[in-house]
Amino acid sequence: MKIYSAENNGALRLSFVGELDHHGAKGAMKTIENLIDENLPRACIIDLSELNFMDSSGIAVILRVNKRMNDIGGKAWVENPNGQPLRVLDASGIDRVIRVFERTR
Amino acid sequence: MENFDYIKLEFPSRSVNESFARATVGAFAARLDPTLEELADIRTAVSEAVTNCIVHAYPGAIGSIRLRARIMNGNTLEISIRDDGIGIPDVNKAREPMFTTGGEDRSGMGFTIMESFMDKVKVRSTQGKGTTVVMSRRIIRRTSGL
Repeated sequence: MKIYSAENNGALRLSFVGELDHHGAKGAMKTIENLIDENLPRACIIDLSELNFMDSSGIAVILRVNKRMNDIGGKAWVENPNGQPLRVLDASGIDRVIRVFERTR
Repeated sequence: MENFDYIKLEFPSRSVNESFARATVGAFAARLDPTLEELADIRTAVSEAVTNCIVHAYPGAIGSIRLRARIMNGNTLEISIRDDGIGIPDVNKAREPMFTTGGEDRSGMGFTIMESFMDKVKVRSTQGKGTTVVMSRRIIRRTSGL
């Protein structure tokens, strides 16, 4: 999976591109932790528009990003999940922990 | 004979094989003409089961994972994923949503997702001997003009 990031006015947008499984999750988490530490954003937006596969390892990544942002007094949310990743998000009930917006906010 | 369509795959418990296992089962399932959603669900369940073996079965080592997929009754895909690893001490506990022995990297949602996306999931495990997960999904038959 590739992660493209853009920081704008305290909001860090992370675009996940490709597939997010256990194999990619560790590297992804490290990259994201570095980006959060460098930018200390008030909000982290996880944009899934170009993610075409995710399993429960991706759920774990999203939950850890949310926790990290909460730890620094910020927020995180998910935008634009579609296809298979959306099915996994729905099955996981993750929207009880983090907001998920199915169309761009 | 009902059970003539099958594949068997064996590979080491390296995480790089997760996407390969998904792709292989997806390619085999294609002959049932599944919808994109059915295919996505099956690939996800395979990913979860294979990942469980890779994460848990052989701590500190690499072992073998055996995957078999077969078509039953002309429309049901049955997938079995087996390891000869340490086994699961309490299968019922392992299947509880959000239970994990894998630390903060894991969500504990693997079995929940398998159960959501497949019709049936059976888990057999013996400590010190290994674990087998068997899951099945009936593919809805559609009529194509071609």
